[in-house]
Amino acid sequence: MPKLTIDGTEIEVEAGTTILQAAEQLGIEIPRFCYHERLAIAGNCRMCLVEVEKMPKPVASCAQPVGEGMVVHTNNAAVRKARQGVMEFLLINHPLDCPICDQGGECDLQDQAMAYGGDRGRYREDKRAVEDKDYGPLVQTWMTRCIQCTRCIRFITEIAGTPVLGGLYRSDHLEVSKYVNSALSSELSGNLIDLCPVGALTNKPAAYTYRAWELNKTESVDAMDGLGAAIRIDARGNEVVRVLPRINDDINEEWLGDRSRFACDGLKRQRLDRPYVRRDGGLKPASWNEAFAAIAAVLKGIPGAKIAAIAGDQTDCETLVAAKDLLVSLGSAHIDCRQDGAALDAAVRASYLFNSTIAGIEEADAVLVIGANPRKEAPVLNARLRKRWLKGGFKAAVVGPKADLTFGHDWLGDQASVLADLAAGKHPFMDVLKAARKPALILGQGALARADGAAILGLARKIADAAGMVTDGWNGFNVLHTAAARVGGLDLGFVPGAGGRNAAAIVDGAAKGDIAAVFLLGADEVDMKGFGNAFVVYLGSHGDAGAHRADVVLPGSAYTEKNATYVNTEGRVQRTRLAVFPPGEAREDWKVIRALSDVLGKPLGYDTPKQVRERLAAVNPLFATLDTVTPAAWGAFGTAGTVGDTPLASAIDNFYQTDPISRASKVMAECTAAFGCGCNHSKKTGTHG
Amino acid sequence: MLRDQDRVFTNLYGLHDWRLKGAKARGDWDNTKAILDKGRDAIVEEVKNSGLRGRGGAGFSTGMKWSFMPKQPGVRPHYLVINADEGEPGTCKDREIMRFDPHKLVEGALIAGFAIGANTGYIYIRGEFVREAETLQAAIDEANDAGLLGKNACGSGFEFNLYVHRGMGAYICGEESALIESLEGKKGQPRLKPPFPAGVGLYGCPTTVNNVESIAVVPAILRRGAAWFTGLGRPKNSGTKLFCISGHVNKPCTVEEEMGIPFRELIDKHCGGIRGGWDNLLGVIPGGCSTPVLPKSACETALMDFDGLREAGSSLGTAAVIVMDTSTDIVRAIARLSRFYKHDSCGQCTPCREGTGWMWRLMERMVTGDAAIEEIDLLLTVTKQVEGHTICALGDAAAWPIQGLIRHFRPEIERRIKARGKSAA
Repeated sequence: MPKLTIDGTEIEVEAGTTILQAAEQLGIEIPRFCYHERLAIAGNCRMCLVEVEKMPKPVASCAQPVGEGMVVHTNNAAVRKARQGVMEFLLINHPLDCPICDQGGECDLQDQAMAYGGDRGRYREDKRAVEDKDYGPLVQTWMTRCIQCTRCIRFITEIAGTPVLGGLYRSDHLEVSKYVNSALSSELSGNLIDLCPVGALTNKPAAYTYRAWELNKTESVDAMDGLGAAIRIDARGNEVVRVLPRINDDINEEWLGDRSRFACDGLKRQRLDRPYVRRDGGLKPASWNEAFAAIAAVLKGIPGAKIAAIAGDQTDCETLVAAKDLLVSLGSAHIDCRQDGAALDAAVRASYLFNSTIAGIEEADAVLVIGANPRKEAPVLNARLRKRWLKGGFKAAVVGPKADLTFGHDWLGDQASVLADLAAGKHPFMDVLKAARKPALILGQGALARADGAAILGLARKIADAAGMVTDGWNGFNVLHTAAARVGGLDLGFVPGAGGRNAAAIVDGAAKGDIAAVFLLGADEVDMKGFGNAFVVYLGSHGDAGAHRADVVLPGSAYTEKNATYVNTEGRVQRTRLAVFPPGEAREDWKVIRALSDVLGKPLGYDTPKQVRERLAAVNPLFATLDTVTPAAWGAFGTAGTVGDTPLASAIDNFYQTDPISRASKVMAECTAAFGCGCNHSKKTGTHG
Repeated sequence: MLRDQDRVFTNLYGLHDWRLKGAKARGDWDNTKAILDKGRDAIVEEVKNSGLRGRGGAGFSTGMKWSFMPKQPGVRPHYLVINADEGEPGTCKDREIMRFDPHKLVEGALIAGFAIGANTGYIYIRGEFVREAETLQAAIDEANDAGLLGKNACGSGFEFNLYVHRGMGAYICGEESALIESLEGKKGQPRLKPPFPAGVGLYGCPTTVNNVESIAVVPAILRRGAAWFTGLGRPKNSGTKLFCISGHVNKPCTVEEEMGIPFRELIDKHCGGIRGGWDNLLGVIPGGCSTPVLPKSACETALMDFDGLREAGSSLGTAAVIVMDTSTDIVRAIARLSRFYKHDSCGQCTPCREGTGWMWRLMERMVTGDAAIEEIDLLLTVTKQVEGHTICALGDAAAWPIQGLIRHFRPEIERRIKARGKSAA
């Protein structure tokens, strides 16, 4: 380990560390623009120049590996002069439009100009202007502000794997641009905004609506997909202005998918802000008491066995446990959290988790993707897979939809029968999996939410066993969830009890009259036409499909409006934080159920958030472990059966619109228009399927 | 003056046949196997001892550069890359080698490839050199057909293949790491060093990049011995060198001369003197446009080699001597160079991208005198802000001519500013 001296302090660091990193370990900050921890080193901004004794010229500390006995000065007169010079160069062609720039207040150039810049400009020549580019509906460009640090180019090339950006032309004509003038078709494009150190790339949907210092920042967890990425919700007043990723190396590193980032305008549209009761064929505004009375009036005459509940994709665990307790006390076993009908087995936890963990997938050396398009279902996870692939020594194959996943893989077809071949050891990729040190599979909801889902789960289990995916300290059996609520629901046993009906059977029962009342807890993806004459109560945040069918609508809150518990696809229990209050008369969902339980004469035994969480931990002790992953024991699951010949498809048809929030979002609608359905497979033809 | 028997480039003016037969008659490819039989280490040692310094401009010891390559090729192959992108304005020496004496280069490439353990060599030739590329390719084909290259080059058992790659005419692609990028099919932008090409070069493999002239003299050194080569020129500046003299001399030419020849002797013997006589001399850019201009006083005593010109306050560079007599508008001449660097900066790193444009704009105003006297100092500080702060040497190359101008011709700039001030008033 080389020892070096930085500003008079000796430090020993690992070989290969750069001077900049070594200085960081000492708490010495070296200014930089182009350097970013998670991107390749470019060394082009020259802001991080330092002086190393015995070297003829100042060196770029971001790119210079440490050497034994180096003596580095990061803040002497020569270094300050060099920095000031670079700063001046960066500013000569940078417009002085900070007062109208959205980056103002959180701009690296602004901050560093304050710290390292000169006190006056000496440039008297004409300034450069650069034509703006069209990067689509999400990223606004102000290319005159660009300082050519190439972070965006490196991100889109290395991390996102969609190399559409590059530097065009030379000298001071150099501009960052797309090579071909088409939309920026990456699911991770919003991260360019975070990476851009200046205001060249800014948030288009939120343009001109905020100043960074006006916003209240709340650290929370994303509920727009199954990963549960760490986010920061920035709100002004009671309005969510933007959503940004937070660093969480276990899940999202510091990236965030575009839906999670930009669907926040959907939080303001189509909101249910007061209860409604259906009268004379139409939904009429009502008070909470009237709504509860309407429910009580119907439920009083119905036996518990004719009441059911279906949970949706963003229902938090507090609501789930309250709803389950209420339904059980009413005498019903008809509850289901799998509105898509996925053949998930709640009995064995390992059968429905992403067992390798998201960060752990980087250890895998062979991966089989089944019935999923990770790029659309979990773009941040897909970036991990690409990162793993770039490291080399990694084989991947897909049984399912054919797509550009941004990492190299073999497409083995979209027939489930391929899985049978694999399980029987008749497919060559099985040898790859067997030879791998840490093989893994990723099982998508598209493979489970079908008639033969249980058989596919069984085949996946067989493949996992045959390939040795489950060993001491490694479990490569991974189920990729697209819904934030799913794992929590399964962990709480929000599945049919003894003699209970699953989601499809509830709908079927309602149509036939066997089920007389249905609670929809934010469930909007079930077939609303199938409920027949049943009495439907919808509890949720948005006026989507469920509310349209409902007889009573109870306004709930979205994930940004409550302190709620979610379990991500790895089984990690996480908690969102209230960033803004629910609109109007809307309330936290579990409290609505708690209040309703009183009206129905079956009061639940908890009144405070603390008590609900104690109840959660009582139902499943895992809920007492926040933010960690507890490895799940491998058990017996999976049923044998024949698989059909319907092609395996992804659970997500349109990346930009998957849930009530994103369907209400104008921005997501624009994306859908700009990027088509958001899937890579081209438009279906008349002969398709 | 260089004796005829010490000349390396015996067909510099194309008076003889450039083809294999003619080249052989001049001594090329004469028992090359015997040279290769000496072994890698002996060849590298001999080139080291000869004191050969890279002829591309930086003047780094060629033998030393070769010795940085790994001793034995590992899983990654080694590559020899020959820089024939001769783009430095004023320079026209590699071009003469390639069109009139290509076999010197081809033979040198084989020996250099053998010495660094590379089975593949690429000659990256400037795109504008269309005929030269054709000649070079024809020479390589001849050598292949004659068994001098290929699977069993010269019967030595060593496999060596040589390819010509044509550039697209970007000046920056003459910088070795930008050249490698370009050769890989990417945009020609210099790479950060370290890692150096000897560790991570072409396709991430150990690579040596040499100038055409450096490679082309290697066979002669190995045939005649290091002692012969060091016997020419001055200590640490040994051997012969091609000088390309252009500008205000009576007979501009490219000529092979001993290193360390006094400037005045070079001009008088080979170029028929300065146009209008020695006293009509204004200044000289001695080594291609990136080297600082020397005033007449410095030219009196300047010795034309690496150390001699460094002492004079300039640099040998590519030995492209640009002579300017008193009819020259020296400010305008340097402004034109600034425009060149502004145009050819790759734009990658900040000081060069922004600084070259600023310097050029200031220079344009200096030409007409549309400036303040203080702006001369501003211009000088801008050159200092660029110099030494960039990824590659282009920033330095853009800064030095201006620094040379201000150092030696500041009164002329001030005169213009004052004159314009008067006429405006």
